[in-house]
Amino acid sequence: MTLELSLNQQPAHARQGSSIGQPLTRRDGFLKVTGAARYAADNHPPGMLYAVLAVSSIARGRVAALDVEAAKAHHGVVEVMTPKNRPALAADPDAKDHPFMFRLDLLQNDQVRYPNQSIAVVIAETLEAATEGAALLSPRYESLPARVGLDGAESFVPRGVGIGSPAVHHKGDVEVGLKSAKTRIEATYETPAQYHNAMEPHAIVVAWDGDRLSIDTPSQGLAMAQGRIAGLFGIAPENIHIRSPFLGGGFGSKGMISGPQVLGILAARLVGRPVKLVLRREQMYGPVGHRAPTRQTLRMGMDGEGRLTAIDHHARTASSTFDDFFEPAADASHTLYASPAIATSHDAVRLDTGTPLFMRAPGEATGSIALESAIDEAAHACGMDPLEFRLRNYAEVEPMTGKPFSSKALRECYRQAAETFGWASRPLQPRLMRDADGFLTGWGMGTATFPAIMFQAEAHAVLRADGSGLMETGAQDMGQGAWTAFAQIAADGLGLDIDRVEFRAGSSDLPNAGIAGGSGHTATAGMAIHNAGAAVIARLADLATGNEASPLFGAGNEGVLARGGRLYRRDDESRGESYAEILTRAGLTEIEGHGKGAPDPASQETYAKHAHGAVFAEVKVDPDFGQIRVTRLVGAFAAGRVINPRLVRSQYYGGMIWGISFALHEEAITDRRSGRIQNANLAEYHVPVNADVPSVEALLVHEDDPYVNALGIKGVGEIGITGTAGAVANAVWHATGVRPRRFPIRIEDLLG
Amino acid sequence: MRDFSYLRAGSIDAARQAAALPGAMLLAGGTTLIDLAKCGVAEPETLVDITHLKGLDSIEVSERGATIGTLAKMGHVADHADIKSRFPAVSEALWQAASAQIRNMATIGGNLMQRTRCPYFRDPSNFPACNKREPGSGCSAIGGVTRGHAVLGTSDACIAMYPGDLAVALVAFDAIVHLGQRQIPVDDFFLLPGATPDKEHAIEPGEMITAIEIPSLASARRSTYLKIRDRQSYEFAAASAAVGIEFEADGRTIRDLRVALGGVATKPWRARAVEDALKGKVLEPDAVRAASLLAVEGAVDHGANHYKIELAPRVVARAILKMGETA
Repeated sequence: MTLELSLNQQPAHARQGSSIGQPLTRRDGFLKVTGAARYAADNHPPGMLYAVLAVSSIARGRVAALDVEAAKAHHGVVEVMTPKNRPALAADPDAKDHPFMFRLDLLQNDQVRYPNQSIAVVIAETLEAATEGAALLSPRYESLPARVGLDGAESFVPRGVGIGSPAVHHKGDVEVGLKSAKTRIEATYETPAQYHNAMEPHAIVVAWDGDRLSIDTPSQGLAMAQGRIAGLFGIAPENIHIRSPFLGGGFGSKGMISGPQVLGILAARLVGRPVKLVLRREQMYGPVGHRAPTRQTLRMGMDGEGRLTAIDHHARTASSTFDDFFEPAADASHTLYASPAIATSHDAVRLDTGTPLFMRAPGEATGSIALESAIDEAAHACGMDPLEFRLRNYAEVEPMTGKPFSSKALRECYRQAAETFGWASRPLQPRLMRDADGFLTGWGMGTATFPAIMFQAEAHAVLRADGSGLMETGAQDMGQGAWTAFAQIAADGLGLDIDRVEFRAGSSDLPNAGIAGGSGHTATAGMAIHNAGAAVIARLADLATGNEASPLFGAGNEGVLARGGRLYRRDDESRGESYAEILTRAGLTEIEGHGKGAPDPASQETYAKHAHGAVFAEVKVDPDFGQIRVTRLVGAFAAGRVINPRLVRSQYYGGMIWGISFALHEEAITDRRSGRIQNANLAEYHVPVNADVPSVEALLVHEDDPYVNALGIKGVGEIGITGTAGAVANAVWHATGVRPRRFPIRIEDLLG
Repeated sequence: MRDFSYLRAGSIDAARQAAALPGAMLLAGGTTLIDLAKCGVAEPETLVDITHLKGLDSIEVSERGATIGTLAKMGHVADHADIKSRFPAVSEALWQAASAQIRNMATIGGNLMQRTRCPYFRDPSNFPACNKREPGSGCSAIGGVTRGHAVLGTSDACIAMYPGDLAVALVAFDAIVHLGQRQIPVDDFFLLPGATPDKEHAIEPGEMITAIEIPSLASARRSTYLKIRDRQSYEFAAASAAVGIEFEADGRTIRDLRVALGGVATKPWRARAVEDALKGKVLEPDAVRAASLLAVEGAVDHGANHYKIELAPRVVARAILKMGETA
């Protein structure tokens, strides 16, 4: 593939020794800043047609009529795909074989179950003709009233939340704990629906060749997408080749292939030509997952020393009417604060929306803003500094399970971030700080946490007689820097300088690297790479130590070290030889090895594994206008071994900025009559602009974890958003004395 | 695709004549028109491109005032040294509008012609009822999502907010819109929705904005534009105020005061009641705050936009007091 070639043609980094831990710049950065990086929608196979979705205006009901003739009569329109002529599928898109499979809208009937659901696909010679053809369909509907909002339908207790977590958990007796408490707080917080707005909308370019499929589409999980498509179309997975070298952001929305992407495949089958389908921005507000709204009530009790006696965390959330994904918000209270009694529970309503799905820190982000706000309220009720209160309730073992932590440098995170921020001079009471311009100034904090998860991954390594190496794994770079971090792990695993390693990823014909999700990709695929490197080095060592002509003869496999393209005797580093010499002597052009990455079930059973962090925020609020500005954010995070500090810091920045967004900006606003989201565009669905994030600092706290995996990696993709949103909310309270209970916090909430 | 004709006008007269034809629209920076065409609101049959016309992008400032050509870019006007020194509110309004990318494309004439961000107006395929688009079809916004809608100048037919910033400053300082032969005060150029919200501007077929003239005023020299919003940049105003002030020789007594509001009304909103209440008085904080409440006299909210009625007078008061402090 040209991609790998061009990646490896990047200027070599003049550096010797270990790659892991080096702050390398992105190896794909040059391609991206010059526009040479080829994203899915940049592909134009010969004969390609353009497909445009027609989506529903209504939230609920059925499509009574579509003017297919008018669309087909439009110049350039080739075909209109509707439930009547949509090619048959081998599987029912409404089937759900396992909890990780989600129902898709693939024109299986005329029913409408949410606004912006696909109701037809127009395929044309040009994008413009397809767009106009879609408009000419002029659908007529039979509509039913939309079910909107967290009180919009009858509530129920779901069987599970997130992926398979029970909806209700408890340890101890929270009622007893609350009764025995000296001080109690109770508060309810609401978080809004948030929608995925990755810079790159979902896009697919598809070419069929008989029963073989060639696909360019952004994917956080190539093998899963391949399997899903194989099941739907009844073809072998190996007949499906998906390329996803770059994603313009995933954040969970590209974890599983979405309905519109599959419709692109169907459209190509229907017309017998390659097809491109790209969602328009507003079309992302429905079929590609979102973060469901929540209403969370927390009750906490504290004894005379400010020790928690009970935490009760209840969350109401929503799913679609036709599938199950329940934001596990209350589970945030399982892991952070020690308490003899903890209860968490969820209930839910079913609304006429697309199915909510994974959105950066699903459950952790929503739960964190409520939990951290409530902890702040509890500290204040006890007359304690919020940091002191958190330290008083520091969990030495995982509160819900009693398991020891595999590692937990949270105290050090608190210390470093507080010191850098200057927290010690914070007055306890709110509304006491003003800056020279008269702005109310407030300082708040939050604790960040995210589980250290691993999935399953495989990698394939090759050492060549010229002394270079190749590492292959179907990993996905969502923009986080996987091309670089994995190449660093590969270089160390192969004992080569990074410029001697060819690294291949982003394609389904490579070994399955699992999903780039759950903040577990670096750990999982990284371990597969590491193990593949170890396997091929072991073979190389066998060749050398078993050959009398080698200076390593008789050293034994354990007795050699691999570094810089050479094997050395561990007990005498003056004795060694190059990989090239070993392979050449053996008459081999190359040798290979395979590796797997997976969680260790034994340590999984024994230890609680989480990354941690502490975030401190300063806000300034105009006392007359209620206008909030986050003037400073300082976070310190401990997440095991850092493969690349530059990229990790960027991940923390991104997460922390999303935390600001959560606290102050993002909200999908629904018209309650129609069920439609009225700000489905980037002018009115607000995320922070640069001017909203003047100062963000992320500190990397050293942490060794011998239990998570051999590399000691936890994961950094999602933790930054947790803690931060609550820190901002708490700073707003400290500035104004007004406790935010509804997010995002708006001007009108502080006008007073 | 939807076909339309594209004409490149060779002269102002040719542009006017072409634009007078049914279905014709002038194209300048395109930042509003193309956007509206994409969402199906604007359906021009003919686009008359005026961007190549010579002599329409000048910015001339003299003792008499400023004359800004219709094709001057927002960014250029905002950054013009004489506009900054003699009409700071105009420069500040432009700087706080839109984004750098849009300011570099959008023209002054086009800015005056920008249309509301009412999400119902902008979504004809999902909300057919809109009196601004289709007279008599009804108003989808009333009873819907209204946080960004107007509280002043509304009617039963329309509550759509005027979104712009520049025109708020222009209204404060009695700027004149040049429509070729005809000249019209900017306050009269923008129409209240009343029963005909489709008619937004006092411009007739065959007319074209050629320039904006801002008379030289002492109050314009001492002026500011204060814009309040949730986000620091790239957001329409929750409430904004253009304020200019001229003191008597004593430096305390208000000889002239100009106040206009943005983000709260169906058109750029001159608050003469505030001006009249304070003119001839000594500038004093309590009096300013009391007078500023007159800015929202007669305001009507539609639920979620109620906060604008609270916010707008505070913005006005702050802007007046800030100008007083610079004495």
